[in-house]
Amino acid sequence: MNRLPKYAALLLFLSLPFAPALAAEEMMHGEESSPFHVVRFQIDGAHNHQGGLLTWEGIGSIGGDLEKLVVRSEGEMQNGHVERSEVWGLYSRNVSEFWDVQAGVRQDFDPRPQTFLVVGVEGLAPYFIETGAHAFLAKNGDLSARLEQSIDLLITQSVALKPHLKLDVSANDVPEREIGAGISRVEMGAQLRYEITRKFAPYIDLVYERALGNTARMIRNDGGDPGDLTLRAGVSFWF
Amino acid sequence: MMRALFKVLVLGGFTFISLAAEAGEYSLVIDRSNVDVGGRSGDTITLNGQFPGPLLRFKEGEDVTIHVTNKMKEESSVHWHGFLIPGEMDGVPGMNGFHGIAPGETFTYRFKVRQSGTYWYHSHSGGQEQEGLAGPIVIEPAKAGGIPASRDYVVMLSDFTDERASAILRNLKADSGYYNRAKRTVGDFFRDVGKDGVAATLRDRLDWGEMRMDPTDLADVTGYTFLVNGKSANANWTGLFKPGERIRLRFINASAMTYFDLRIPDLKMIVVAADGRNVMPVPVDEIRLAIGETYDVIVTPKEDRAYTIFAQSLDRSGYARGTLAPREGMEAPVPPLRPRTQLNMADMGMGSMESMDHGSIAGMDMSHMDHSSMSAKPDASALPEKEDLHPKGWGAGFPPGEKVLSYGDLKSLTPQKDTREPSREIVVHLNGNMERYIWTLNGKKFEEAKPIELKYGERVKLTFVNDTMMAHPMHLHGMFVQLVNGQPAARLPDKHIVSVPPGQSYSVLVTADEPGEWAFHCHLLYHMASGMMNKVVVARMSAEAAR
Repeated sequence: MNRLPKYAALLLFLSLPFAPALAAEEMMHGEESSPFHVVRFQIDGAHNHQGGLLTWEGIGSIGGDLEKLVVRSEGEMQNGHVERSEVWGLYSRNVSEFWDVQAGVRQDFDPRPQTFLVVGVEGLAPYFIETGAHAFLAKNGDLSARLEQSIDLLITQSVALKPHLKLDVSANDVPEREIGAGISRVEMGAQLRYEITRKFAPYIDLVYERALGNTARMIRNDGGDPGDLTLRAGVSFWF
Repeated sequence: MMRALFKVLVLGGFTFISLAAEAGEYSLVIDRSNVDVGGRSGDTITLNGQFPGPLLRFKEGEDVTIHVTNKMKEESSVHWHGFLIPGEMDGVPGMNGFHGIAPGETFTYRFKVRQSGTYWYHSHSGGQEQEGLAGPIVIEPAKAGGIPASRDYVVMLSDFTDERASAILRNLKADSGYYNRAKRTVGDFFRDVGKDGVAATLRDRLDWGEMRMDPTDLADVTGYTFLVNGKSANANWTGLFKPGERIRLRFINASAMTYFDLRIPDLKMIVVAADGRNVMPVPVDEIRLAIGETYDVIVTPKEDRAYTIFAQSLDRSGYARGTLAPREGMEAPVPPLRPRTQLNMADMGMGSMESMDHGSIAGMDMSHMDHSSMSAKPDASALPEKEDLHPKGWGAGFPPGEKVLSYGDLKSLTPQKDTREPSREIVVHLNGNMERYIWTLNGKKFEEAKPIELKYGERVKLTFVNDTMMAHPMHLHGMFVQLVNGQPAARLPDKHIVSVPPGQSYSVLVTADEPGEWAFHCHLLYHMASGMMNKVVVARMSAEAAR
């Protein structure tokens, strides 16, 4: 039943690289700026106490300097079973030198299907901190938010260490999703990548994920472990 | 080639003077082919089967007819850089009713050559200028007895890449630091801690971080092979001479994105022309050549040996090299690349910030490098004592004791005819958003900007205020601008490119005596392509109405 939006979202995401062909990407001297597209993707694998963990994150955008359409997806697979997956479709508008405001829809497929309205900002904070902050409103009125930050520290011109942070916050208890009010989940990591080219980089990523507060309590009551430390290995690429 | 002789009526002095004039007919065929350049081959644009384009030799007063045939699958155009020309012959698609040259079409340019000197031509369509559509032009003066020289060589510098221009722009839009391979690393941090202390280094990193700017951002695009007359450093373009001869070298920076620091070790260069216009001779050791500029120099090698023409890119990612030699096959040592400079707060127009007190370097910016209009002292007075291995500042990093050409040194050889005070000032802020790779004039991209309107005959002051961390070679089509460089009004040099260093401002005077729509842009190709352009309209109608 929930297959249709899933495939529609997947199709939209996969079609991004081909969009410019339709939009005739051609640089002209000072003429109306033509659309550019970028697709960034990273996928990695790890072994945790439950077995094999696969994590992905992708973001594709197409548009000009002022307006863009953005599709994002991220998720986790544990032992071949998708445990968490989401696809976002956003309209993104540049509002200042370093910031875009974004609005759109987020569709979760796992652990259970749910649709959210999304409003947020994305950009580069002072001290070169890549930042995304988005609020999510579910159909039933549940309100939650996510903050993502990362920074690139160059070891050499092609080796970079990227500390990263992701915080999920919820305004309500959502027991059916095992989410408690307050900071529900934090993910911290340090990713070390080697850029073979600017567009292709294998990496290792030491990531600590932990549920907090009510969320942790719910997971423990269910017999789960609220914390998970993994060393992931993967590749990131863009085109 | 057709030749004709006719008389020109010259009103000055109410006398008839007959001048020998020629009428030349030329053809250029634009095509694409795979050209091998220094071991790299790329889909390159050729002109008459050549890369770079052939040297065009005109004579002042000549009526030229140039048939340009476009055999490519895309629209093209040829612009005559620095020419005084009717607007519809200027070759900018979308201006003066010119719509480019469609695939398979021939466009015939016809105009009278009204100047002499060293110029060049290039495409004004897409990224074709990067992809090879460029060539040199030498215009002989109408009157004989100019600058005496026994040899005369064009030395055209360019930057070659096998990447398509559209791919480069896309990479820059996705990641403006894509081509920067000299970013500051953790290692640099500790090196600076050792040199300047923890507090100063942290303060420095925090200052740059707060602005989200990168002091290593000297060149947006790297990975180029630098060429002299289409030849790589190994292929070594060579100009022959007999010891004691005076050689005129016509330097043209025909690159898309590269500033060059140019010198000929052991040879003094005497600058005799800038941007095609004769100037009072200035002996120099080095010239920082902005994109689009031309300089003519006289050198007199006395010894029976080879000399290296050495042009290192500003970001020190490589060099163009040629040789002057008494015989074919000779070589002189190629000097090492000098250390790459980093920008400092003075380049942000923040010279007084205490945390970045590089007093001596700021002093050098003003008097040694001196692209500044404020101090017009031609002689270097505050030279550093020894070579700086970690130079900071746009104007830093020249060897001690060397005389580097500064804009303040340039004096027009012939007195300026128009020395009127300007009737108004137009301020043009050079802005950019490096993070998103958007470049603008007064905050507006070309498609958003309102054209700058000048009345025919009007005299205006254009003031460029560079609010960015990069130098911008600002280029006005159709008219020379008089650079306000501290020289007397009658001696202000004519320029078609004015390179405005980071954080600085320059003024130029324009006599709007060429009616038409004139492109006005930064000559860094990808800055222009991402918006740093406007149109200057000189309205003939209003002038006629006013008469």
